[in-house]
Amino acid sequence: MTRVLEVKGMRKYFGGIRAVDGVDFHVNKGEILGIIGPNGCGKSTLFNCILGQLTPTDGEVLLEGRPVTGLYPSELAKLGVSRTFQLLQVFPTLSVRENLILAGQEHRGTKLSRLFGRGDAGLTDAANRMIAFFELDHLADQKAGGLSYGQQKLLDAAMAFMAGPKLVLLDEPAGGVNPTMLAALKERLEAINREQGATFVVIEHNMDFVMSLCSRVVVMAEGRVLAQGTPAEVRADPAVVEAYLGH
Amino acid sequence: MIRRLDPNLVVIAIAAPLLWFIPVGFKAYGLYVVSLWLVMAIAAMGLNLTLGYAGLKSLAQAAFVGIGAYTTAILTKNHGVAWPVAFLVSGALSFGVGVVLGFPALRVKFHHLAFVTLAFAMFVFLVARNEEWLTGGVYGFSNIPRPVIFGLDLSRALPFYRFVLVVTVGLSLAMWWLLRSPWGRAFQALRENWMRAASLGVDIRTYTLLAFAIGSAWGGFAGALYAPLVEFIDPAPFAISASFVMLLTVVVGGSGFFLGPFVGAFLSFVLPELLRATGGWYLLVYASVVLILLVFSPTGILGLVERAREHVAQRRAAEMRAAARPMLEGSEAR
Amino acid sequence: MDQFLQLLVAGLATGAIYALAAIGFTLVWQTSQTINFAQGEFVMLPAILALAARDLLHLPFWAAAMLATAVFLLLFGVGFKRFLVDPMLKHGVLPLAIATMALSILMKEGAKDGYSAQAAQFPSMVPEGTFSLLGAAVSLRDVAVFVVAIAAIVALQLFVTRTRLGRTMQATAQNPTVARILGVRVERMILLTFLINAGLAVFASYLISPIYLAKFSNGEVIGLSAFIAAIVGGFNQVRGALAGGFIVGLVDNLAAAYVSSGYRTAVPLGLLVVFILFKPEGLLGRREERTV
Ligand SMILES: Nc1ncnc2c1ncn2[C@@H]1O[C@H](COP(=O)(O)OP(=O)(O)O)[C@@H](O)[C@H]1O
Ligand SMILES: [Mg+2]
Repeated sequence: MTRVLEVKGMRKYFGGIRAVDGVDFHVNKGEILGIIGPNGCGKSTLFNCILGQLTPTDGEVLLEGRPVTGLYPSELAKLGVSRTFQLLQVFPTLSVRENLILAGQEHRGTKLSRLFGRGDAGLTDAANRMIAFFELDHLADQKAGGLSYGQQKLLDAAMAFMAGPKLVLLDEPAGGVNPTMLAALKERLEAINREQGATFVVIEHNMDFVMSLCSRVVVMAEGRVLAQGTPAEVRADPAVVEAYLGH
Repeated sequence: MIRRLDPNLVVIAIAAPLLWFIPVGFKAYGLYVVSLWLVMAIAAMGLNLTLGYAGLKSLAQAAFVGIGAYTTAILTKNHGVAWPVAFLVSGALSFGVGVVLGFPALRVKFHHLAFVTLAFAMFVFLVARNEEWLTGGVYGFSNIPRPVIFGLDLSRALPFYRFVLVVTVGLSLAMWWLLRSPWGRAFQALRENWMRAASLGVDIRTYTLLAFAIGSAWGGFAGALYAPLVEFIDPAPFAISASFVMLLTVVVGGSGFFLGPFVGAFLSFVLPELLRATGGWYLLVYASVVLILLVFSPTGILGLVERAREHVAQRRAAEMRAAARPMLEGSEAR
Repeated sequence: MDQFLQLLVAGLATGAIYALAAIGFTLVWQTSQTINFAQGEFVMLPAILALAARDLLHLPFWAAAMLATAVFLLLFGVGFKRFLVDPMLKHGVLPLAIATMALSILMKEGAKDGYSAQAAQFPSMVPEGTFSLLGAAVSLRDVAVFVVAIAAIVALQLFVTRTRLGRTMQATAQNPTVARILGVRVERMILLTFLINAGLAVFASYLISPIYLAKFSNGEVIGLSAFIAAIVGGFNQVRGALAGGFIVGLVDNLAAAYVSSGYRTAVPLGLLVVFILFKPEGLLGRREERTV
């Protein structure tokens, strides 16, 4: 099985705080990997180090076997890695459709061809399909800032899929989303995973969500990997029960 | 599917011919004021790109107008270079300097960036004042020639005004194209959330530099028109306070609105000239008007217009819902 | 060497003035995120007001100066906060900063149109003359300005560290949210910082105007120097503003003598750019961690 992503010996220290303290894991092609762990155990920091938002103190990131450590976020995006942030991040004064076109445009042609080409970079149809897929049709021309929290969260996720990425890292996609929305989101993620063969890494607190969606789970605690395996294996691990599920 | 025409384009299409004919009866001074309005609107359009769309706080736009004005003056007067060439060189030089000035923007954000650009503006002013061999120092540069283009003599006020109008329309259309292209969207993304933009593949370093450089180039273009318009330049109009006024122009007109610079430039450059007749207090009145306007509507005049429009649209929607409700209820009752 | 000593004293004197302006600047920045682009005009105006009161109302100078002080504190301490900062702050830092730019034009033009476009003599509160220090003729006025300004800063520092009110104000400046939770009447404390800012500006104005004459355009250089002092010293530190003020004053005076008077202003600006690019938190400031 090919490894889409491999992280080796990742460390990130903020002064004395060891936010990430030697993490190794990998993600296989087509897999949905869950990362769980108590608040403040370094999950988001790990993502930010993998994606070039933060410079790791130490460690290596391999994308399909090629080293990509220290690349800029935009360079990683162009290599087919996309993400969402823990806190909601849409462009509030752009319309829903514009948000989605923006999410795809930098993957089309060159800078110059984009300047002289079509205003929508030829992405209106693709954006409309994505809008339909996430059932945001009635909101397509509204400013993203005016949407409800759950709708913005869906848009946020939809943006991560616009460029047809091979790897998507989602940081708490279900955080603060109501159950109906959550079911909708889960269904979409599974569909994209099945139909496009996209690989996912999902940080999530919602246990049911993780356990039913993911084929494998990494459990973190205090910046380290505590355990990893299938949801059933992890659930049975005494260390995990002690540290996390026990609460 | 018929796509709706962009209202900004409609305004340009209607305004351009009107502006071509309206000032026919104006005296030289009136024509000068209208020309100045357009020239400053070009400079403000550039700053509107940098600040309004891309969200980069620049306090140096008047310095770029100065770079363009001196470049054009030196090239056309001292070296006999044709105006169109001087115009392009002015824009290109400002573009280049804008790229260099953009580099600090990659390292620092917010008010720090404003101060770096402020320092740059001061430096340009000092060079203009001190380097007499190049700029004529405080005595400035007089008798800057007005161009003859394709055999058309533009030395008289009306033909020159119309020439300014043509260039303004050209630069407006170019800016319009730029802003509706994916570049414009990327600039806005930079303003709203650069971190998210980067994660979507937007190369924020290049776009930051481009936003600075293109905005500055428009300042240079404005300068290339300004020099032959006033025919005499000295360092004063390019001082720091002029860059402040440039920023006020953009914000008061409506930062991030395509037509904001025209509205703002009217307030900053035409209104004071109109008030000049009322005595020496015009700048005082101008500053008060701006201050009250800002407290009242920090998004500027066009921001106010948009709010009013949204308000009306909401009321209309509410009315329609109210009108529809009895029908729904009626149908349910049956 | 003589010249150097003279410059040193002159530099410390102007530096002390810049420090007064920079401290006020820092205070209002801390309590209400106000980047006051009119700070220089704040220092320019009180002297003009005093002269105007003297000439128009035919008051003796001391009475005119007191009246000007009262009017200025009311307008640019209370009024500035109440009618400009309060309504604009909810819209963010930038609109407010831009509004202060408009205010700076308003004050400058008001002084020019309302009083005079010419530079005017401003009575000195300390004796003129020079005295000899290590063989150099040092201006008595420079020394007096330095001493008085420092006395004011020390008094402010004592107020802030030794009195209950001052400590509360300091705590509010550093963390308004926590202060509010602790039951501090935050609005009053913020108003106090605006009054102190205006007071420092009046002080600086009366000290500097006898040296440079009172003129509507004085604010440009003073304002710029105050920004530079605040940033070089560390944006969030009163001590920093003080150190920054002296550095800028010294650099300014030395540059005028040894670099070229034409590019005098460029040297502190160069210092500013170097700091912003390489040590943006300033000499004494704390680095603010970026969070993702
Ligand atoms: N920019 C930062 N500066 C200092 N400490 C940080 C920063 N970002 C995160 N941390 C610290 O690192 C630890 C891990 O945080 P985070 O990765 O957000 O945890 P999680 O996402 O697992 O809840 C926390 O203790 C947090 O306070
Ligand atoms: Mg997190």
